[in-house]
Amino acid sequence: MTWFASHPLGVLLVPLVVAAMLGAFGRWLRPAAPWIALLGPAAALVTGAGALMAGESRVVVGSVPWIAVGDRVLAVGYRVDSLSALMLVVLGVVASCVVVFSVGYMRGERGWSRYFALISLFCASMAGLVIASGLVELFIGWELVGVCSFLLIGFWYDKPAAADAARKAFLTTRVGDAGLLLAMALIWTKTGSMSIDGLGRAAATLPPAVVTAAALLLFLGAAGKSAQFPLHIWLPDAMEGPTPVSALIHAATMVAAGVYLVARTWPLFAASPVAQGVVLVVGVFTALAAATAALAQTDIKRVLAYSTISQLGFMFAALGAGNWRAAIFHLVTHAAFKALLFLAAGSVIHGAGTQDLRQMGGLVRRMPATAVAWMAGGLALAGVPPLAGFFSKDAVIAAVMHRSPLAAWTLILASLLTAMYVARSTQLAFFGDSRDVYAAHESPLSMTLPLGVLAGLACALGFTATALLGALGATGGESISAAIVVPAVLAAFTGLATGWFVWAREPGAENAFPSWLERAWGAARNGYGFDAAVVRATVQPLMTLATLTYAFTDRIVIDGTAEGVSKGAGGIAEWLRELQNGDVHWYGAMTAAGVVVLLTVVVWLTRGA
Amino acid sequence: MSYLLTTIVFLPLAAAVICAMLPKDLAGAAKWVAATVMAFDVTLVGWLLATFDVRGGVQAVVDIPWVPQIAIRYHLGADGISLAMLALSALLGLIAVVASWKMDKSPGTYFVMLMLLQVGMNGVFVALDLVLFYVFWELVLVPMYFLIAMWGGERRSYASLKFFLYTLAGSVFMLVGIIALYLYSGPNNTFDIAELVRASAGGAFNGIQGWLFLAFFLGFAVKVPIWPLHTWLPDAHVEAPTAASVLLAGVLLKMGTYGFIRIALPILPVAAKAWAPWIAALAVISIVYGASVAFAQTDVKKLIAYSSVSHMGFVMLGIASGTAAGLDGAVAVMVSHGLVTGLLFLMVGMVYERTHTRQIAELSGLSSQVPAIGGILAFASFASLGLPGLSGFVGEFLSLLGSWQSTLVPHWMTVVAAVGVMLAAAYMLWMVQRVVLGEASEAVSRISDITAREVAYVLPLIGLTVLVGVYWNSLLRFVDPAVQGIVTILARVV
Repeated sequence: MTWFASHPLGVLLVPLVVAAMLGAFGRWLRPAAPWIALLGPAAALVTGAGALMAGESRVVVGSVPWIAVGDRVLAVGYRVDSLSALMLVVLGVVASCVVVFSVGYMRGERGWSRYFALISLFCASMAGLVIASGLVELFIGWELVGVCSFLLIGFWYDKPAAADAARKAFLTTRVGDAGLLLAMALIWTKTGSMSIDGLGRAAATLPPAVVTAAALLLFLGAAGKSAQFPLHIWLPDAMEGPTPVSALIHAATMVAAGVYLVARTWPLFAASPVAQGVVLVVGVFTALAAATAALAQTDIKRVLAYSTISQLGFMFAALGAGNWRAAIFHLVTHAAFKALLFLAAGSVIHGAGTQDLRQMGGLVRRMPATAVAWMAGGLALAGVPPLAGFFSKDAVIAAVMHRSPLAAWTLILASLLTAMYVARSTQLAFFGDSRDVYAAHESPLSMTLPLGVLAGLACALGFTATALLGALGATGGESISAAIVVPAVLAAFTGLATGWFVWAREPGAENAFPSWLERAWGAARNGYGFDAAVVRATVQPLMTLATLTYAFTDRIVIDGTAEGVSKGAGGIAEWLRELQNGDVHWYGAMTAAGVVVLLTVVVWLTRGA
Repeated sequence: MSYLLTTIVFLPLAAAVICAMLPKDLAGAAKWVAATVMAFDVTLVGWLLATFDVRGGVQAVVDIPWVPQIAIRYHLGADGISLAMLALSALLGLIAVVASWKMDKSPGTYFVMLMLLQVGMNGVFVALDLVLFYVFWELVLVPMYFLIAMWGGERRSYASLKFFLYTLAGSVFMLVGIIALYLYSGPNNTFDIAELVRASAGGAFNGIQGWLFLAFFLGFAVKVPIWPLHTWLPDAHVEAPTAASVLLAGVLLKMGTYGFIRIALPILPVAAKAWAPWIAALAVISIVYGASVAFAQTDVKKLIAYSSVSHMGFVMLGIASGTAAGLDGAVAVMVSHGLVTGLLFLMVGMVYERTHTRQIAELSGLSSQVPAIGGILAFASFASLGLPGLSGFVGEFLSLLGSWQSTLVPHWMTVVAAVGVMLAAAYMLWMVQRVVLGEASEAVSRISDITAREVAYVLPLIGLTVLVGVYWNSLLRFVDPAVQGIVTILARVV
């Protein structure tokens, strides 16, 4: 394992080769495709675990000069420290579970080999992003995971909704990427380097305004990838992709890349209180608003999508409060329990044939294993002790409490809502009477086995807090104080109880709400109409501008002028035609005269030089 | 060694002569002549690449008097930038021949035109005497005019005339500029670029650089094309046959930006720096305007044509920056745009041959009916929108870095250009969604997938797109040393 840890490029090359193989020879490798596709996650897992065991002090770095630009050299390389190693482990574990789960879930799909090739390509890109030692390599991985996300959301490409969602996801995150590009340009101009190691020195020496600008541009990129307000609109739609993909890309790994980016470039944020403030406000607001939206969803996957946006908001809140280790801790536990919830939801969709919570009910009797897994994930998400989410969420809230009690209390409110939507969706899907799912059946072992693994992690990961934070270099275990735990746990149980009992009596309980609440409920269900407003505010004006520039500016103004000039010249041409009498000598004389005139003009124009 | 460039440049002329002399019933052999000669040409360029010393300055030089009375010299030579463009020109030339394999409308004349065009394209990038440069520059114009006018689509006469007049108008200004440079170049009047650079450093053009730069600017800007001189481009592209579109976008547009880099910047550095903010402004307008208009297109070919206006804006932005990163980026975009847009036009040509339409509304679901064609079109689209790991990213990225770094370009322009990167993703993906994804439309529902010949001529482009995108130095190690010379000249003047 130490060998793997000191040769980290395997995490990149193994899945890349696998992707190429499955892409080229997929037709012949059909039955073996998923098992070959496990090699990539395995490489990530072994390398990451090896590096973690080697201890915090050991950082494996390699770098080569990539290009010379004038007197500056742009180097690229890899860097495996405890942070990237941890991310590799997360990627390895979740991706392995997802690949195995897909064996059952994707059985019989057209494009089976393409699916596993894309998953492998995603693993390679994500690993590249994680082990990057400079911003350029990071950006390459960053964009490639975006493309994999595009191709996997649009996996069922003949479905218009899937193609729409894929494009929306790519374009919305690209808004953030423009920020990332500019951040790189800024850092390159000011320091002459793109190395992440160099950011510490840059933060210490550059003027505060430059550091803040760089940090905010980086955060714009992070907010796009991690679906933070106002760039969150793509994630709920991304649920059009196959559910295991949602678990891997849109819950555990790619969407967490924004959090990773901020943690990775931490020196810049550490030096800029303004940037931290912005991150905190955006994170807290997103955490609360997305939790309310999650409460009102009727599609089980959209509940989880908004929940993911909300939980990523928790992570950004921790970053904004200055504690990136707490953010990463929550990232790790969230990866486990949210991937678990998505896969459990996938199992439900597979077994019950619907994503609509209103049609489910009573599934605990027909799908007991799935139900247990879902509840383990749900309780972990709700922050019930001693499951994983309890520890990491309290670490986040404690961190934020140091910075801003108001923000911390907002997060506790968001936790209450989190517990409420967990209880609501659990109640609607698994308890009460079966409404429209009489044929539901438990999923095969290939699907329940990964659920078991992730459920174990969702229950146990919290106990690794000290080791995990220690590996990230935290000094002295921060004891969790009762002032945080008590309100947080109270909020969790209040939320669970409310959600449970309100929807236990009547699955359509929201229909009996007082009218003001019902209106708010409807708004929350549509994400407060924000998504539609953004689309209205961008797409239509853009199309109008496009038509205007084309039909008016290009065709009428520019071409009209040019053609007008040529028509004017046409009058002269009539006269000129008289001169065209076919006499070669005449032509020669005219040409000579023309050149003489031209030269005279030149000499006259440039006289006095 | 000194005959190498001459051979590379004029070998296609031999092919043109042979094709022209073929009797009518043997006209079908013209493509074999052209293909053989171009394959040989590409091999020679490959030899030159392999033996090129990247730090050795201008190489493979031949410099003999041509018209000694007025100091016109036959002076050819290649530095890293020339070589990159020459390689692009020869490769796309060969591909254009193979892609025209089924040309059955007077094939003899067609290949004569293609080969004459090739002489001009090759020559422009290695000419080091301004008169020679001008001769090659104008030589390109005529065959391209005929390629569009005789083998073009329905509006071919409008498009070809527009192309001809625009470019000719630009050239006249350039000619005036060339003659003026000669007249003011000092006691030993010269057309030689290197000597003109020396004369300029000695102060020969002080006080009139602005006027001279304007003359060259007009000549080059039409060719690039820079907004608002771009409207000939979409018409020419749409009407031109596939091979001509490939060469037009892949090589001819680069002649304009190459002119800036080879002539305008080093000979007129003071004016270049004074004009830089304005050129950058026009570049940024081209980027955003081209992208915006691309949204409104219903014809795939026209969409790609407008995307070219946008991409060439990144080249001009890099040139305006005057920094090493910006100029490296400019040349990288030139090469990448040649590869990627060439590939896009070839794919659209394949689709058109099969469906007889280029209307986006009539094309849908290519990937369900013809997965290979759909897949390669999607690949090219991702390369075009600047996906890292493919060639398009390298140049745009460096061009943005350079323009931010430059003291000549205001930061807000770089910000707007970065927004242009986003727009590129939007219109390309929207095209991919409508044409490649979805269910197969009627026009698409019965067509057959890519043939072996078609694979053969797109494969090199795909390979190079990946190679340059992954291993940037494969291109930049040639380009950067040459760029440094220009940056040094610019740095000397205030």
